[in-house]
Amino acid sequence: MKNIDAYTHVRGESIYLDDIPLIQGTLFGASFGSPVAHGTITHLDVSEAAALPGVVRIITHKDITGENQIGGIVPDEPLLADHEVHFCGMPVAFVVADSVDAARAAVKKIKVTIESLPVITDPREAQALGELIVPARTFQLGDTESSWQQCTHIFEGRADTNGQEHLYIETQGAYAVPQEHNAIKIYSSTQGPTAVQRAVSRVLGLPMHLVEVEVNRLGGGFGGKEDQANTWAALCALAAYLVKKPVKYSLHRMEDMAMTGKRHPYSADFKIGLNDDLKIVAYEVTFYQNAGAAADLSPAVLERTLFHCTNSYYIPNVKATAYSCRTHLPPNTAFRGFGGPQGMFMIESAITKAAEALGIDASVIQEKNLLQTGDEFPYGQKAQSEAPECWHKAIALYDFASMHKEVEAFNAANKWFKKGLACMPVCFGISFTKTLMNQARSLVHVYTDGSVAITTGAVEMGQGVNTKILQVAAQVFSIQPDKIKIHTTNTFKIANTSPSAASATADLNGKATLMACTAIAGRLKKMIAEELNVAMEAVALQDEYVWVNGQKTDRDWKSLVMAGHVKRIGLSEHAHYATPEIHFDATKEKGHPFAYHVYGTALVGVTVDCIRGTYTMDTVKVVHDFGASMNTAVDLGQIEGGIVQGIGWMTMEEVVYDANGRLRSNALSTYKVPDIYAVPKEIAIEFLQTPHDNLAIFRSKAVGEPPLMYGIGAYFALRKAVRAFNKNGHFPFDAPMTPEKVLMALYTTQKEGSIHAHEETINHLAVDK
Amino acid sequence: MIQFILNNKDISTNLPPGMVLLDFVRYHQHLTGTKVGCNEGDCGACTLLVGELVNNELQYRSLTSCLTPLGNVHGKHVVTIEGLNMDGLNPIQQAMYDESATQCGFCTPGFVVSLAGFCLSDKTATTQNAIAAIDGNICRCTGYKSIERAAGKVAQVMQARQSAEPTVFVSENHILPAWFAGIKQRLHLLQTELNGQLQPTSATEWVGGGTDVYVQKHDTLKDASIKFLFDDARLKGITQQGNRCIIGASATVTNLSESPVMQQYFPHLANYIKLVSSTPIRNIATVGGNLINASPIGDLTIFLLALDATLIFSNGGESRTLPLRQLYKGYKTLDKQPDEQLESISFELPGDNTVFNFEKVSKRTNLDIASVNSAICLTMQGNSIEDVRIAAGGIAPVPKLLDKTNTFLKGQPLSDATIDQAIAIAQTDISPISDARGTADYKRLLLGQLIKAHFLTVTANALR
Repeated sequence: MKNIDAYTHVRGESIYLDDIPLIQGTLFGASFGSPVAHGTITHLDVSEAAALPGVVRIITHKDITGENQIGGIVPDEPLLADHEVHFCGMPVAFVVADSVDAARAAVKKIKVTIESLPVITDPREAQALGELIVPARTFQLGDTESSWQQCTHIFEGRADTNGQEHLYIETQGAYAVPQEHNAIKIYSSTQGPTAVQRAVSRVLGLPMHLVEVEVNRLGGGFGGKEDQANTWAALCALAAYLVKKPVKYSLHRMEDMAMTGKRHPYSADFKIGLNDDLKIVAYEVTFYQNAGAAADLSPAVLERTLFHCTNSYYIPNVKATAYSCRTHLPPNTAFRGFGGPQGMFMIESAITKAAEALGIDASVIQEKNLLQTGDEFPYGQKAQSEAPECWHKAIALYDFASMHKEVEAFNAANKWFKKGLACMPVCFGISFTKTLMNQARSLVHVYTDGSVAITTGAVEMGQGVNTKILQVAAQVFSIQPDKIKIHTTNTFKIANTSPSAASATADLNGKATLMACTAIAGRLKKMIAEELNVAMEAVALQDEYVWVNGQKTDRDWKSLVMAGHVKRIGLSEHAHYATPEIHFDATKEKGHPFAYHVYGTALVGVTVDCIRGTYTMDTVKVVHDFGASMNTAVDLGQIEGGIVQGIGWMTMEEVVYDANGRLRSNALSTYKVPDIYAVPKEIAIEFLQTPHDNLAIFRSKAVGEPPLMYGIGAYFALRKAVRAFNKNGHFPFDAPMTPEKVLMALYTTQKEGSIHAHEETINHLAVDK
Repeated sequence: MIQFILNNKDISTNLPPGMVLLDFVRYHQHLTGTKVGCNEGDCGACTLLVGELVNNELQYRSLTSCLTPLGNVHGKHVVTIEGLNMDGLNPIQQAMYDESATQCGFCTPGFVVSLAGFCLSDKTATTQNAIAAIDGNICRCTGYKSIERAAGKVAQVMQARQSAEPTVFVSENHILPAWFAGIKQRLHLLQTELNGQLQPTSATEWVGGGTDVYVQKHDTLKDASIKFLFDDARLKGITQQGNRCIIGASATVTNLSESPVMQQYFPHLANYIKLVSSTPIRNIATVGGNLINASPIGDLTIFLLALDATLIFSNGGESRTLPLRQLYKGYKTLDKQPDEQLESISFELPGDNTVFNFEKVSKRTNLDIASVNSAICLTMQGNSIEDVRIAAGGIAPVPKLLDKTNTFLKGQPLSDATIDQAIAIAQTDISPISDARGTADYKRLLLGQLIKAHFLTVTANALR
């Protein structure tokens, strides 16, 4: 079944935030962000701005009717700066005007005097100064200290990954409309309607039942709208509440890029020990997470880095420590993978460092250490592992040996072009690691004409969750999809929702929908059973008809529903689902936090132009653990998209801040995501249909985040190609592998070369805006 | 008063001619299928088609409506996604639907419009050409493979066209709405009716294609008094006069790439142009704009510097000739009076012993701004270099010829040693800085590599 939104998408008829027809009298907002990264505000002058034609009001922290606080996990983030600013772009004032142009013109006239304070952009520096968001966390398995002596080979090193801009094509935005009795309705482009509701409630000082948040769909989220939609919604809601008019704010791309956080950059130190047989005996790693200026979701992201610090491998002795470091960058936030990719990059770097030193292919070490069923993760859960199945199927199906030989032959024959081939196994845990978030509700109404309306906490952002939820209802009722409508996500219909995140949205909301539909179907079947005096199990719904004892009756779905209504049977149900089995004790750092894991292996091949330092992605060949995919079109799309986004993170996407904490890659002209020519020439995806029972909806395993991490293979494939050209060169594990880093690595001969892109001045930049 | 046809509707508006087309269709016509993505021509979510009569042929081009002023569509036909909708899905939409080439859907209308532009062009119906039509559209969800498959299906649909006029073919075959067949006639009538220009007498701003000024000065241009240069017939055309090529200042990059003269004398032109921005930007970006914008990394500037192009300026009365190499006085400062307008560019076409090559490296190979770009024009006599001009961008505050390097190379035999020495000398020609496009060290290394690439490429091409 195709995505149920595809029809209106291709006709340009789908409605996003900026497409909602305006209510008369609507005003427009624009925020004034701090021009410096860290300092004390000594003077804020909005008089000239306020005097401009069309300007209705300029709002500062003094106007906040509730609490000036939007921090979710830790209350450390003011909505509008009061006396201090903590990052460039931090909202200081919010202009409300009668047109977008007037609001933006006024922003340019706001003057602020700020006494500068020292700016920290490096997480290691922050950690050394004790600037931590939350106390450090350590996951431990076995004992690394006493294990080093069992190791034949020990390697230490450092690895770094940069951030990543979400670049949802639809920017952030909100539209707040005052309602009677002091209530407020907010249309928001958010993955977390309840997070928006909570933030607005807190800032305005209104109880949550007066704050209605409605989400139709997002033009992309990728985690960027999980927590960071709150700011814009709260600003619009505050303004609307104060001026008693609807207020809308759809961010300009450059505002969005400068003011919102991104994937966390990480730096890490690792130590890995292997025995004679190349089994990894011990692994120690220390992560320095660049959290930015406020907690946002950083503590949760940090936790997932620890959960995935050993990727698909079993290592008996592990010690992983992680620091969430406070710097003066915009608060970094959720991004597809949620800290997992950074953890995996570090272990892959450690393995690669060992392989390079030992003169063997990294795949030899990878294969010998794959997780087996029953192996223990550092956090105590036992693996139900598909890692070896995925790996061996990929190696055999795609004939890795031949691929490897072809690469070697090519490299021997070509002086200026070199190929690289890397294997990237992936293991990703499914569930919110905060156990309480693993619950969802679904409200299902069956109308007397047989049509069905469903509301859940799931937000549709292109991942196809509404399509899957519709499939659940269609299957339970055995009716045609066109009889079912999935309605907007709304906090007045479904309360206390978890954000659409953690790849778990279809599982959680799908299961709740399954329960609700099953309950209604059950009542209708019971009615028939009583009417015909047969056992309830003898009654089935199939192809829009009632079947009894395997025989089709003449009662169709519509008349069944009507009969139920006549008999005063409830045709609506509000079901609640909570993931069973999961638990985690953060005091011991042990438990069973994931409902299940998703596995897979990718083979990634690249070609480097050794004159220019440019490269092409030749092939990505994957065996992916789907469980039993309930929608292959949607799932394949998630995998292809995830792979390309992961490759982007590892190759061309470079977030550049200068030493003053100012974003230099602040527009699409300076921040590059893959275009159609940049993607792999070939992406092959093979299903691993795994037979084991699991907690996924209809056993169809979550697919949103795991494939992103196949992209990590691109970094290591590029590294191999570079080393085929420059055998004596040493270069750091530092992603992304931009054409700059590739060229520098091709021609570096230093022992420990440090290649870091940085910025001195922007004066000569062609698009210096 | 600006008049044009929007989809199937006649438009007359008194809104400022400097307003961008995107704002007009979204916020004044409430056609919300066209999306706002980046406001700088880099994402394609706002792609529209513009049809105009060129030599009595109806020619459609895609463009980014975020950078196009209303003044540049005066007398033309503007097509949005709404104008492509019929009962059910058209074959382009059906292909996107069938291949699941849409996820969040926000970029999707832009892709559909760009593919419609392919269907309305006279390009050969290949998958490669269909993909080229969407090279300016960014999708963050799909990873493009499904979109590639959809593009392939669209190409298949168009294979039956043969020599039929595209507008006639698409309307007769229910690929696009039937009213497309009547647009040519309506544009004729509109042009006859207009029979005049839209040029204010006291313009404070000049706008060509708008691809750079609307990025830099979007807010001020909206209400400015603008002289629109894009459709000025005197500034169009690419012709050969003797051994010289004359390019009108308002010729677009697309005009350049489609020019028979250019194709004849630059056999690898298509490869170079593919590295320059994207289809919708090339359709509106002018050659003159690229030079006057004075970007240190303007691709065509580097191209034309290596060809030692000459510029002709006019202040309305007098003309002045200036070699391009003398235009740039410092960062974004020009040897040009405020009342002078660039009229044309000319250069000597390469002779039999002269070879040309263009190199560009950027973070992303396509639709990106160069870290370093370079062009070479090399004339050989036997194995020795008779004349050479290497130009480079991204390595100084201005785009420039590498004078010391060029002087050294003249008269040298072509050898590895010569090239190595040239690369070393080139380091004294340049003063790169570190910025978002790369560190100074990188740019130094890269320029040397591009010089090496020039010689390897021209040698390899000579062998073919």
